[in-house]
Amino acid sequence: MGSNKSTLQHIPNAEELMEETGFSAAHIQRLYDRFQLLDRDQMGGLRNEDFEAIPELVTNPIKDRIIGAFLSPGKDMVDFPSFVRVLAHFQPTNSKRSKTSSQEQYNSPTRKLQFVFQLYDQDRDGKISKTEMLQVLQEMLRMEETDEQLQSVMEKAFQEADLDQDDAISFDEFKKSLEKLDISEKMSIGFLC
Amino acid sequence: MPKPGLLSAALLFGVAAIVLVLFPLPASTDSGDGTRGPVALAHSAAEERAAPGVAAEDEEPGGQHQQQHQHGGGYKVVQWEWSYVQTPYIIAIWLLVASVAKILFHFSQRFTTVVPESCMLILLGLVLGGIVLIANKKQLYQLEPALFFLFLLPTIVGDAGYFMPARLFFDNLGAILTYAVVGTLWNSFCTGFSLYAAKVLNVIDEKVQADLMDFLLFGALISAVDPVAVLAVFEEVHVNDTLFIIVFGESLVNDAVTVVLYKVYISFVEVGPKNVQTVDYFKGVASFLIVSIGGTLVGLVFAVILGFITRFTKKVRIIEPLFVFLLVYLAYLTAELFSLSAILSMTFCGIGANKYVEANISQKSRTTVKYTMKTLASIAETIIFIFLGISAVDKSKWAWDTGLVSCTLVFIFIFRAVGVVGQTWVLNRFRLVPLDKIDQVVMSYGGLRGAVAFALVVLLDGEQVKAKDYFVATTIVVVFFTVMFQGLTIKPLVKWLKVPRSTSRKPTINEEIHERAFDHILTAVEDIAGLQGYHHWRDKWEQFDKNYLSKLLLRKSVYRKSELWEAYQKINIRDAISVIDQGGNVLTSARLSLPSMASRASFPEFTNVTNYLRENGSGVCLDLQVIDNVPGAKVEEDTETHHVLAGNLYKPRRRYQSHYSRHFMPLGEKERQDREVFQRNMKYRMESSKSTRHKRHKKERSIKKRHGSDPKEESTEKPRRNVSWHDKEPVLVPVDSEDDKAEHSEKDEDEGITFVARKVETPKPRPKSVPAAVEASSSPLASPLSRPPSVDTPLPWKGGVGSPPPCVSVEATKIIPVDLQQAWNQSISSLESISSPPAPPSADAVHPRISALSRIPGAPRPASYTPSSSSSFFSTSNTQLVQGSFLFPEKIPKEEEEDESSHELQPLMSTLKPPPPATTSAPPPPPPGSAPGQGRRKHPRVFLRSLVSAPPPGNTEPWSRGPTQL
Repeated sequence: MGSNKSTLQHIPNAEELMEETGFSAAHIQRLYDRFQLLDRDQMGGLRNEDFEAIPELVTNPIKDRIIGAFLSPGKDMVDFPSFVRVLAHFQPTNSKRSKTSSQEQYNSPTRKLQFVFQLYDQDRDGKISKTEMLQVLQEMLRMEETDEQLQSVMEKAFQEADLDQDDAISFDEFKKSLEKLDISEKMSIGFLC
Repeated sequence: MPKPGLLSAALLFGVAAIVLVLFPLPASTDSGDGTRGPVALAHSAAEERAAPGVAAEDEEPGGQHQQQHQHGGGYKVVQWEWSYVQTPYIIAIWLLVASVAKILFHFSQRFTTVVPESCMLILLGLVLGGIVLIANKKQLYQLEPALFFLFLLPTIVGDAGYFMPARLFFDNLGAILTYAVVGTLWNSFCTGFSLYAAKVLNVIDEKVQADLMDFLLFGALISAVDPVAVLAVFEEVHVNDTLFIIVFGESLVNDAVTVVLYKVYISFVEVGPKNVQTVDYFKGVASFLIVSIGGTLVGLVFAVILGFITRFTKKVRIIEPLFVFLLVYLAYLTAELFSLSAILSMTFCGIGANKYVEANISQKSRTTVKYTMKTLASIAETIIFIFLGISAVDKSKWAWDTGLVSCTLVFIFIFRAVGVVGQTWVLNRFRLVPLDKIDQVVMSYGGLRGAVAFALVVLLDGEQVKAKDYFVATTIVVVFFTVMFQGLTIKPLVKWLKVPRSTSRKPTINEEIHERAFDHILTAVEDIAGLQGYHHWRDKWEQFDKNYLSKLLLRKSVYRKSELWEAYQKINIRDAISVIDQGGNVLTSARLSLPSMASRASFPEFTNVTNYLRENGSGVCLDLQVIDNVPGAKVEEDTETHHVLAGNLYKPRRRYQSHYSRHFMPLGEKERQDREVFQRNMKYRMESSKSTRHKRHKKERSIKKRHGSDPKEESTEKPRRNVSWHDKEPVLVPVDSEDDKAEHSEKDEDEGITFVARKVETPKPRPKSVPAAVEASSSPLASPLSRPPSVDTPLPWKGGVGSPPPCVSVEATKIIPVDLQQAWNQSISSLESISSPPAPPSADAVHPRISALSRIPGAPRPASYTPSSSSSFFSTSNTQLVQGSFLFPEKIPKEEEEDESSHELQPLMSTLKPPPPATTSAPPPPPPGSAPGQGRRKHPRVFLRSLVSAPPPGNTEPWSRGPTQL
């Protein structure tokens, strides 16, 4: 995975991105190619339609939320650096590459959890309300379960996680409810292939 | 301290057992040759040697028997039919020996935590083998390869495969395959070549006549990690899941490699190394592919068949488990038939079918499958280790060579370690979570060899493999060393290295939800990033499974059930069980907390309960807006008594049974017990009532207060209907007694249903099915009474009558105290049906009973109780009730009422015993204060009487007769 600087030169800010996200040059290159591929109108940014056009994504029940996570609020386009930054969340935590960066890395378990939390917390008020939780459940399981069942699942989940009983799951509560899981394992994908 | 005690116990037991084991010996030794009839379980050594002459020898003991018979002459009162029962008898005795051995080993907790069971079993085997040897001069028993491969191994592998955590297995499939294939090949070749080198260097004695091929063969069979040993040792060590699945998965999957290598080498040895052509090597490779892939395919085919069959077993639930066993076993045998990898076949059959089978079969079948498999596997494992021990004592098979033994030990250990480290280094470049050094140490150290190697080495042909005896001895030593020494030391090692342990923790619902979300997120991210990674393919598979496989293999009724929902239910059940297990106090408080959670109410005592539950990680499903009235401390008392009540199960007395049998369909033991409990407790309380009387007053009052408020809610009606259910309960009875009976019968044929069963089953049947609605509406009263036991009754929340509250939660609350609930339901229903022969629910007819049972709510204060008002109130409530205003039986209120009624009954009953004058004067609407001190108890008395003296079934007069009967 030697860093082929020449190929990276057409990518804006490649060096900083590598530094920031811990991706290798090969990764960046690869992601850039992918980015260009997705960016059909060559606008230098991916818009909602570009994501929607990914064929595999069609069947994903929570694709809207995930696409939403790529688009920073207020913008309708995601440029390449942001694209890479979002994907950086999914790097395996233990990879040594990312240890160079000083600030908290994108792929730390907390950041990973924050990413997921955001997907639930659509109004970004820092809390998952019952409605928000139910919505996610509905999106994931609408085909299989009735709303009543989902409701009860949701209630149960709140029972477990909502420690201060304010009918909302804060990020801390969210984190606590998943503390037994190996987040870095469950929320990572291999970027090698 | 425990050690010598246990050992001596084991020894004693061994001696005792050996008497049994040797039992057949007199007869057989008499025959002069030590041969016995064909004993399936254990072959005699002599028999094996003289295999061709077996038939002839077999006749010998038989002839002797005849002779003996003739000696006796005439008719024998007691006949000695040993030869007739011999085979099953010996098998049974061996199973008994193995099982009792297990019991003994677990006498001392401290001891078993240190010494793995497998070690103890092998030691026991050694002792037993020694005794047999001394007594018989010859080793009669040994681990017979055919027995091992056809019966013992499949039970263990079947269990392992069927209960293999599929997700974990496939998540680590890459690593497992690598270790299993590359690792085993590496071990095998290296060990083989190194041993050959040692031989050339004369480290190994010249007596060992073996060339390169022999050593390679030996290397192949000795290098495979053994599933039985790994399972036996690692199950006690509790390393973390990933580590376990990698080692265990490897031990299963490497079977293909072992089988192929073994066969290839055998054929090479047969042909002679010089005649092996290069083509043969390629054939070997091809053979590996065929054996492994073929085995897997066979397993998957059987998995599909199994899933498909269990789709249609609804009417024959009882044989569901059998299908599981048969097809999984057939997968194994079929693979053996085509000399494919049987272990792979069975493993994949289990893994593949598990999901569909578990969804298709009933909860009872699930439990049966689980327990039977575990039982069989456990006993098979025990027998394997005991026989390993016994086999080791057989001197005739041994040929010791220190060089060979020590070289083998050293080589397998070194190469295992080197192989693991090397492969891990490669794998870690691909793994998301790399295996660290500690993992590698445990994996290296956990490379246990076991019975598979031993059985394979015993299978060797002594003619062709000249050094067989040496190999046997070496294998035994290796097996013993790995199982005993490494098995013994791996626990301290794991502790010392601080290997992350697995927690037996079950996932919470949050984890289930979020992990599901994780899967979707990761899949999406892979798709967006254009990576065709693991999640991409897993998602593809899930789509395929959902669109085709599940449609083919799952019942329609369960097809739409998601795993999340299953998980939700399992968690609820688990919580319920744990709450119950935690004892009466918790139980009552847990139940108390139900309402509190519902209203998120401000009751201080409840928050404690909630916290308690949280701390224990068991959030009982507390939700539910079901209950509106908040129970106070009184309820707690009541519920506690109930717990005690239900806990003291008496064996029902005959007469009760017969007494009731006239009215009911035959009831299960449990139900009768419940009834008995109820009745006995009533009696007991009546006797002791005097002392508790003033307490009762208080209680009654408080309860009355609560109940008094109920009617108001009742008038507001809909969502809360179950709250007031109790008040109306008496009314219920006449209407639904028939339905009730019907339900009873249905329940009976419907596999009795246990606590767990009901919970899981309930959701399964028909969503929003018409019958459900119909049933509910037609017999609204029956449903609450009868729902618990019947499996296929519609989902309560689908019932449709009224507006059900978030139904699931209701269901969930019900589950918590199911045992209690059932008891009470039954006692109540029995009371009801006894006291109320089928009668039209006319207001008049009902009145007396109503007033009797539900006097409480009607009368705000005991003294000023006026029958007329209460009766009118009840008639109205009655009508409401009949209209199906409630759906769900409310546990707590019901219990209160029952309890209270029993309390009230006590004094009454005591007065009843000598038929008191007062009782006769208790007809329908009782006059207020007809007897001193009885004004309040009048109604209960009626109630009681109806209980005690059940009217004959033919009694069609509803209530007028009740009192006069006494």
